[in-house]
Amino acid sequence: MEVNKNKRIKLILGITLTGIIFIMLLLGIIKTPYDPMEMSSELKLTGASFKHIMGCDQFGRDVFSRILVGVKETLIVAGAVVLIGSFFGTILGTITGYYGGILDEILMRITDAVLAFPSILLCLLIISLLGGGRNTLILALGIAFIPSFARIIRGEVLKIRSLDYIYSVKLFGASDLRIIFIHIIPNLKKVLLSTVLIGFNNAVLAEAGMSYLGMGVQPPMPSLGRMLSEAQTYIFTNPSIALFPGLIIVMMILGFSLLADAVSDLK
Amino acid sequence: MKYVIRKLVTMIITLMAVSALVFISFQLIPGNPAISRLGTEATPEKIARLTHELGLDRPLLTRYFEWIKGIFRWDFGMSYSYNQSVTSLISDKLVITLMLSFIAILITVLVSFPLGIYAARKSDTKLDVVINSLNQFIMAVPSFFSGILITLIFGVILRIFTPGAFVSYKINMFKCISYLIFPAIAIALPKISMVVKLLKDTCLQEAKKDYVRTAYSRGNRTKAVFYKHVLKNAMVPVITFLSMTFADIIAGSIIVEQVFSVPGLGRLLLTSISGRDYPVCEAIILFLAFFVVFSNLLVDLFYRVLDPRIRV
Repeated sequence: MEVNKNKRIKLILGITLTGIIFIMLLLGIIKTPYDPMEMSSELKLTGASFKHIMGCDQFGRDVFSRILVGVKETLIVAGAVVLIGSFFGTILGTITGYYGGILDEILMRITDAVLAFPSILLCLLIISLLGGGRNTLILALGIAFIPSFARIIRGEVLKIRSLDYIYSVKLFGASDLRIIFIHIIPNLKKVLLSTVLIGFNNAVLAEAGMSYLGMGVQPPMPSLGRMLSEAQTYIFTNPSIALFPGLIIVMMILGFSLLADAVSDLK
Repeated sequence: MKYVIRKLVTMIITLMAVSALVFISFQLIPGNPAISRLGTEATPEKIARLTHELGLDRPLLTRYFEWIKGIFRWDFGMSYSYNQSVTSLISDKLVITLMLSFIAILITVLVSFPLGIYAARKSDTKLDVVINSLNQFIMAVPSFFSGILITLIFGVILRIFTPGAFVSYKINMFKCISYLIFPAIAIALPKISMVVKLLKDTCLQEAKKDYVRTAYSRGNRTKAVFYKHVLKNAMVPVITFLSMTFADIIAGSIIVEQVFSVPGLGRLLLTSISGRDYPVCEAIILFLAFFVVFSNLLVDLFYRVLDPRIRV
């Protein structure tokens, strides 16, 4: 009973937080209260007011509008990264898990090596090769995310492959492709959902970190990480402009992790 | 002993693979470093001469083996942007990053283990909810934001340290360490909550097993069962997790160094990436990879001491 209550609280909190983020995303796409790129010398570093609910930054740009666009950018990158990671991860995981053999052995050794390598380092390596910017960041993070997806999917496919119903469809003479697409992949849904949520979470974190380092979305486009690093210069006088983007990042990660927890508990 | 040797051999193979990957990928980047180094003064003759001086006209494989040979002599070549050898450029910063990572690891282990054990023992009380929620929250705070919060609280409001006023370990060891403690806390915080959560969960899982019930039925006290049986078995997954965490901490220091303006490897890596100073990039990435692989090796060995059943 107690456990169920905890789960429900997690689920509700997670949905609320991600809901708020989703509304911010919509606002960021449709209309921000002010132009996020418009500078104004009178409004430099003004605090929160009714007109600018989170105040203005060092160039007099409205922080709230910039956060809305930043949320959109972060979610685009995270979404694309998870898409790349889960797509190639599922293909790799299914092939290696289903067929096994020498290919499986080689690919799993490679994923081991990549997983042992911290993803920040891998991203920085790719970015130092290809240069910064949003698209490189998506590519770099996407590549870094493939192994973890492949690993989880492979484990699940291995489990499903040895189930009785797979043997029985094999007896019916189903081809490998049919078994994979009709009988195995639909059963990966649940695992994929919680993996995608966790992956999304990590992607948000990684995007924020990389753009904090200045390797992500390039200025003047706003991004949450870069806003944090720029605001840091003013931490002695105006800590609030650093706090808001940070809190939004925390909210996003907390929301998605609560949701991921709740979903994985549902099983 | 055989196990140790095998692990060492695997480590060397991994490092060779990483070094080859790093070296070759940097060679594949379009553009001649000689041209970018000469800048506007580039004439065809000058480019040809510098290309020859830098040894860029020789085959890839020869250069790779020379690079590797150089590494054993602690020589990583010359930096493109500074007229200095890479070794002199990074050796100072290497020590700083290592100190930072070491302090962070120390904090993580020293704080998370007692806390995790405490949480596991109190898991049926009201405190459990508090610990769980706190954990969930701390895990959601990225290290660079907690770094900013720490700067704000301890640096700006409480004035315990001056943000940005890093003192090199060569000038004052004590001041250097007391400055590094704050970034180390920022790195350690999310790791601590992960370890606490994992330790608690595995302890609880372990406590449900049959052998624990048997231990109780033999008349052991709760404390004895917990420390002698449950904790010992629960440690195995925790140690595995720690080995990944060490790697993360070393890599994570890149970001946190930036927050606290600690002049370590991370900062140098970032400036050399934007300055396209490839020899420096190569050396730093190789170094960080080496520490990651090496810490994994240490944990693997420790793992076996802890649980003799493991034969990999």
